[in-house]
Amino acid sequence: MNKIFLVIQREFMSRVKKKSFLLATILVPLIFPAVIGGMVYLAIQNEKNKETEVVQVLDESGLLSFEDSDRYSYKSVEGSLESAKDEFSKSEDFALIYIPDFDIDKPEGVVFYAKTSPGVNLVDRFENNIEAQIRDIKLTRSGLTEEQLDQLKTYVRIDSFNITETGDEKKSDAGFTFGIGYVMGFLIYIFLFAYGAQVMQGVIEEKNSKIVEVIVSTVRPFHMMIGKVVGVASVGIFQFLIWMILMSVISFAGMSAFGLSIDPMESSQMMQQADEASAVQANEKVQEIMTIIRDIPITQIVLLFVFYFLGGYMLYGALFAAVGSAVDTPADAQQFMMPIMMPIIVGLMGLFMFVFNDPHGSVSFWLSVIPFTSPIVMMGRIGFGVPAWEIALSMVTLVGGFIFTLWLAGRIYRIGILMHGAKVNYKVLAKWLMQKN
Amino acid sequence: MSLLKVENISKSYSEHQALSDVSMDIPEKTIFGLLGPNGAGKTTLIRIINQIIEADQGAILFDGSPLNLDHIRNIGYLPEERGLYKKMKVGEQLVYLGQLRGLSMKEASKRGKAWCQKLEIMDWWGKKIEDLSKGMAQKIQFIATVMHEPKLIILDEPFSGFDPVNANLIKDEILELREKGATIIFSTHRMESVEQLCDHVAMIHKSEKILDGSKVEIKEKFRDGSYIVEFKEGEIKTGAGYEVISTEEIGRGLKRSLIQYSAEGNPNELLKQLIGQVEIHSFVERIPSMNDIFISLVKGENPELAEA
Repeated sequence: MNKIFLVIQREFMSRVKKKSFLLATILVPLIFPAVIGGMVYLAIQNEKNKETEVVQVLDESGLLSFEDSDRYSYKSVEGSLESAKDEFSKSEDFALIYIPDFDIDKPEGVVFYAKTSPGVNLVDRFENNIEAQIRDIKLTRSGLTEEQLDQLKTYVRIDSFNITETGDEKKSDAGFTFGIGYVMGFLIYIFLFAYGAQVMQGVIEEKNSKIVEVIVSTVRPFHMMIGKVVGVASVGIFQFLIWMILMSVISFAGMSAFGLSIDPMESSQMMQQADEASAVQANEKVQEIMTIIRDIPITQIVLLFVFYFLGGYMLYGALFAAVGSAVDTPADAQQFMMPIMMPIIVGLMGLFMFVFNDPHGSVSFWLSVIPFTSPIVMMGRIGFGVPAWEIALSMVTLVGGFIFTLWLAGRIYRIGILMHGAKVNYKVLAKWLMQKN
Repeated sequence: MSLLKVENISKSYSEHQALSDVSMDIPEKTIFGLLGPNGAGKTTLIRIINQIIEADQGAILFDGSPLNLDHIRNIGYLPEERGLYKKMKVGEQLVYLGQLRGLSMKEASKRGKAWCQKLEIMDWWGKKIEDLSKGMAQKIQFIATVMHEPKLIILDEPFSGFDPVNANLIKDEILELREKGATIIFSTHRMESVEQLCDHVAMIHKSEKILDGSKVEIKEKFRDGSYIVEFKEGEIKTGAGYEVISTEEIGRGLKRSLIQYSAEGNPNELLKQLIGQVEIHSFVERIPSMNDIFISLVKGENPELAEA
């Protein structure tokens, strides 16, 4: 036990003392928000700077009309389609919509011309617009007045709340939970690869520097492997904690710089001070977001993140260690990486394909219970509210999973680290697995 | 009194038999040479003694009690395939390895420094291993092997990588360690160091022990009763009870003959016969070197090698 601790200590210190660790630890929390902030800024600027685009309309039916918006202004053109297309291609305008003289019951033949291929959303938008207009025409035809038409138009905004087991209501926001799931799942994915690769690298280095035999004459190979895996994990946790602290300090500083506050009292005071109605409205929106942020169970998420990072990392770290022990160079390791990487990638794909569409579906459930994908998928689901028993089940299978892979890896590791220049394939690994000590 | 008793150890790896029924006693406070050609099973035996691998059968007694993990404290091991953490500093490395052998951090640091002073590499305490020459790294490895004052020191090819000056330095250290009461298992292919250092010798060949005993006994056993005679004038002719194997000119008018006599016979009798024939300048029994014994045993066991 004491010796495992010595190994952990060495692994930890030798990594933490590296300049690259210091650099990554300080730069990531600075660069990460800066990159995101920069992208948001550019997106806003992009939106602001967009000029109104001119859309030409050649309406042969004479039934439809388009209202100018911020983004698009409409210009009616006359003549044949051929001449309109000709004119359009010479003009600077954004698009040309051709509406033939169509049968109101069977609207066909509308064509959208643009110089660049339009996004799916854009065409959708025009489709919706035209559909609405045709619907109005049909309704008028069946005898409704303009007034009745206006009355028919209803706008509904759905506020969604989560009701917890204790009966509390919390305002939820799909966008935020989606964001949390995305960030958490993706972080686990990156951590699994980054730290797993470090374990493998470390084992290969030890093998190459030939220190291994000296060490295993004092420590059981299994203990040595555990020490290495845990040592690297503690580096990861340490780095993550520093990041969390730095990021919260930075975001706190950032928020106070922008005059935002998570404290509702302070904000309501700010609201009272605001004179103009529009300012109050804007502040209400900000306040709403702040409430949602405040209602996210940060502590729970951080604790679960640490658990799933550790569990998933132990599971994969052990396998990475086994691969490292079996080979002489990182290049040789390639052939064994595939089966380790596959489930990690399946987890990430599952996150995008299933969890975000249907966070409580059966695929999402199983992916978040199977230990090979659960760290990524469960963290992705967590923001959507997962029943406690599912979390408990997933945690138990994950612990069981990494105990199994540690055992498996240990069997390979104890033989592999003493082998030099052996040609290793899956058959050889299976033999090592069965071999007695 | 033996420090280590190896009793009927067998070990096999799938189809390959690495050790079969090997027993030996390693007497206390001696330097015990463990010899054998490549692949004979020496490394397997050494790894079993270090508890890196387990024997299929047999037992090992350390100081009278069955070998267990507590004995790691009392064993020092310098493997043939050896290295150090390249990115670690010399001092950190010695402290770490000392701690793994059961020393406290403080004690490990103190002893590490004392040894570095003794081997005149104290200047390197704060340097990284990757900045050291190979010979220096070897010294660090030697220190790491002996700094916890183990009762049993296992050295596998300890002199490889040393220049003659440093090899001598390490040789003196090994002798000194024996004086202080350590028992040393010394595995090597360099027979001249076996000749110089070992008190006892065992030889493993094709997984079996084929020779075991004190060096003096073994040499006595392998005496074949041949004599080297240097002489002037004339020729020695094969006579009653002896045979001339070869004769060669060695300059200054001297010749040297190898004469096969009997191991039991009185050399005075042989000498009497020779004095009548030639003018004798030197008469000495040919004691077999460890090298001769090694080669004759390996070749004798292995006819194909002998032909080659």
